[in-house]
Amino acid sequence: MKKLSARRRHPLAALVVLLFALAATGGLYAAFAPAKPAQAEGAATALSDIEEGKKLYLSGCSSCHGLNGQGSSDGPSLVGVGAAAVDFQVMTGRMPMQQQGPQAPRKPVVFTQEQSDQLGAFIASLGAGPAVPREEDYALEEGNNAMIAEGGELFRTNCSQCHNFAGEGGALPDGKFAPSLVDVDPKHIYEAMLTGPQNMPSFPDTIMPPEQKKAIVTYITGVTKDEPNPGGLGLGRLGPVSEGLFVWIFGLGFLIAAAIWIAARTPKARTK
Amino acid sequence: MSNAHSNKATGPIPDNAATKTADYFDERLGIYGAAKKNLRKVFPDHWSFMLGEVALYSFIIILLTGVWLTLFFKPSMTEVVYDGSYVPLQGIHMSEAYASTLDISFDIRGGLAIRQIHHWAALIFVSSLFVHMFRIFFTGAFRKPREMNWLFGFLLLVLAMVNGFTGYSLPDDLLSGTGLRIAEGVVLAIPLVGTYLQFFLFGGEFPGTDIVPRLFTIHVLLVPAIMVGLLTVHLILVFYHKHTQFPGAGRTEKNVVGLPLLPVYTAKAGGFFFIVFGITAALGGLVQINPIWSYGPYHPGQITAGSQPDWYIGFLEGSLRIMPNWETNLWGHTISWNVLIPSLVVPGVMFTFIAAYPWLEAWVTGDKREHHLLDRPRNVPVRTGLGAAWIAMYLVLWIGGGNDIIATHFHLSINSITWTMRVLFFVAPVLAFVVARRIAMALQRRDKDKVLHGRETGIIKKLPHGEFIEVHEPLDAERLHFLTSHEQPTPAALPPAVDENGVARKLKPGEKLRVRLSRWYFDEKVEKPTAEEYKEITSGHGHH
Repeated sequence: MKKLSARRRHPLAALVVLLFALAATGGLYAAFAPAKPAQAEGAATALSDIEEGKKLYLSGCSSCHGLNGQGSSDGPSLVGVGAAAVDFQVMTGRMPMQQQGPQAPRKPVVFTQEQSDQLGAFIASLGAGPAVPREEDYALEEGNNAMIAEGGELFRTNCSQCHNFAGEGGALPDGKFAPSLVDVDPKHIYEAMLTGPQNMPSFPDTIMPPEQKKAIVTYITGVTKDEPNPGGLGLGRLGPVSEGLFVWIFGLGFLIAAAIWIAARTPKARTK
Repeated sequence: MSNAHSNKATGPIPDNAATKTADYFDERLGIYGAAKKNLRKVFPDHWSFMLGEVALYSFIIILLTGVWLTLFFKPSMTEVVYDGSYVPLQGIHMSEAYASTLDISFDIRGGLAIRQIHHWAALIFVSSLFVHMFRIFFTGAFRKPREMNWLFGFLLLVLAMVNGFTGYSLPDDLLSGTGLRIAEGVVLAIPLVGTYLQFFLFGGEFPGTDIVPRLFTIHVLLVPAIMVGLLTVHLILVFYHKHTQFPGAGRTEKNVVGLPLLPVYTAKAGGFFFIVFGITAALGGLVQINPIWSYGPYHPGQITAGSQPDWYIGFLEGSLRIMPNWETNLWGHTISWNVLIPSLVVPGVMFTFIAAYPWLEAWVTGDKREHHLLDRPRNVPVRTGLGAAWIAMYLVLWIGGGNDIIATHFHLSINSITWTMRVLFFVAPVLAFVVARRIAMALQRRDKDKVLHGRETGIIKKLPHGEFIEVHEPLDAERLHFLTSHEQPTPAALPPAVDENGVARKLKPGEKLRVRLSRWYFDEKVEKPTAEEYKEITSGHGHH
């Protein structure tokens, strides 16, 4: 104890105390915070997916979308949106919504895949809509260079005007935005094209054949994940805005620092 | 190394190869006379005097890397099918310009590094021009006899921006084409002649096949040639006028106190060149700029979110983005105020103001004398305020140009950012003027305080009767001179309304306005301490 007390005026003492305090707060929070919302799992295997889905719907969705999915002033009708829309919205965490706002952002997922499928089955039963795509629809074809190139062309024609050239996302009016496509599951990109969630236009198979969607998904995944991006630090891949900020802060910053350094080291002119 | 001694005037001149070579050139070029005159030229030392050097050196880097790039770049819009090593674009139709830029980036050794150094150097060049101009402006270095050189520097800035834009447009990627499309819109918005001009520039409908080769000639020949010429004149004038200096002991309007060009200044400037080159090369090697392969080839039907110009054109982009959508339809012709005002009128007014400022100020102050001693920005509060206002206006437009990036990264509404910038465009310059001017005045007051009461030492002394005082240390004579040597002009006044014969006096046109502006410049001031004040305070009463 004496040892500790002797060091209490050490310049780093405050820092150590701060670290301890932070660790304690964090630890306590982790111990007491609710780990995950309680989930009713596996209880009703005997019921059909639709009925189970309806239960989930009534507890999690109906306050905004209406008791029969007919929609209300707080949420659109879900009749005919299909299981694909449900899978996209629920499995990217956009639904259920946390609060009303210009747009539902991506956030941690609340339901399991099974629950989402049950919800999807219920919604699909309300009216026909696009089904969840099969895996072979969006499975990446690695090494298919022609498909990557075609996907790039389609991406620049249909997607980059909102999602940016590198899929980093972009702004839309009134606080809405086209979200980033980095680290999005290929299945969800495919579903988004299929159903046109929120502010996005939809690209049903009659407008954009499945092959083209697959090419786009392959391109996006390639560009955001696999493609070597030479030239060094990418600066967020946002284009000239971040380059301009960088040149003023670091380019000019270093150069002015160098100028000050050189001017400061000078043989003093003799005054006498 | 025996000729090291020959620098001393007393030593004998050795008869060796170096001397002979020098003699050979002197007999033909007269280098001794030129060297004697110029190598002893004295330059004052201050870090802010080196900002122009940054511009000069980055310009040299741009020229060097640019020459290298022309060896591989093909300025042609002929359509080719890409078969280089960048997989996502293989088999795509594109212009030869874009394909050759891809080749420079992926298939030519060191190509990407040189391309990136070239681009970073261009960004550094324009930003260093701006900070260099800020230094000249805020210290009043543009005053007589340097007004013309200010104008040459201003032209260099405008040409640098033009050339930057043409360079940005050359690779024919999606961003270049988008930039050109906007430029085309701006040309079209010029009343009466817009359409004709646009057809003349592009050789027909946008984009056509002429624009890249034309821009190439402008970018590598026309503008750089003019710039090199202007730069030469600019530097000759710096030599001819001699460098300005900050006030200080022993420094007058008639001398220059500093270090001779050889050896000290040459070493410093030469070393600084390598530092600038080093930093630029480090940026080019470590930080990606303009990844054209990600943008894809230009196609008029495509666009990307976050399409922005390089930073120095950003204020024009912002100006366009925040402008309300006003149009007038007259006799079947549309006047696009929504493009005309933000892209031609606003920048026209802002830049004409910069160009004309030396003459404007000379007219207002009526000062026709030469000035070689610099002003400290605080001692000319109105000028400092005007500069701050200009920068504020520029910044507002600049921020407006990035409204979408700001919106997505700070989760804001792009509409509210645009509206904020619309309001700030008018409010921010006024605020900046007032605040900068008040700060300048406050700093003058602090200087006055320092002169009269000395420097606060931070030493607290307890007097025998228990009072605590802070010990102030008087400044030395050199510092006192520095803080009090500036002029405080009296504002111009109108002569009596009638002359000595009782006849109403005729005023020159504009004289009333001039007097009013002069008052605005000089009326409110912090009277600097007089010698009597100083003596009175320092002789008797001690501390305050």
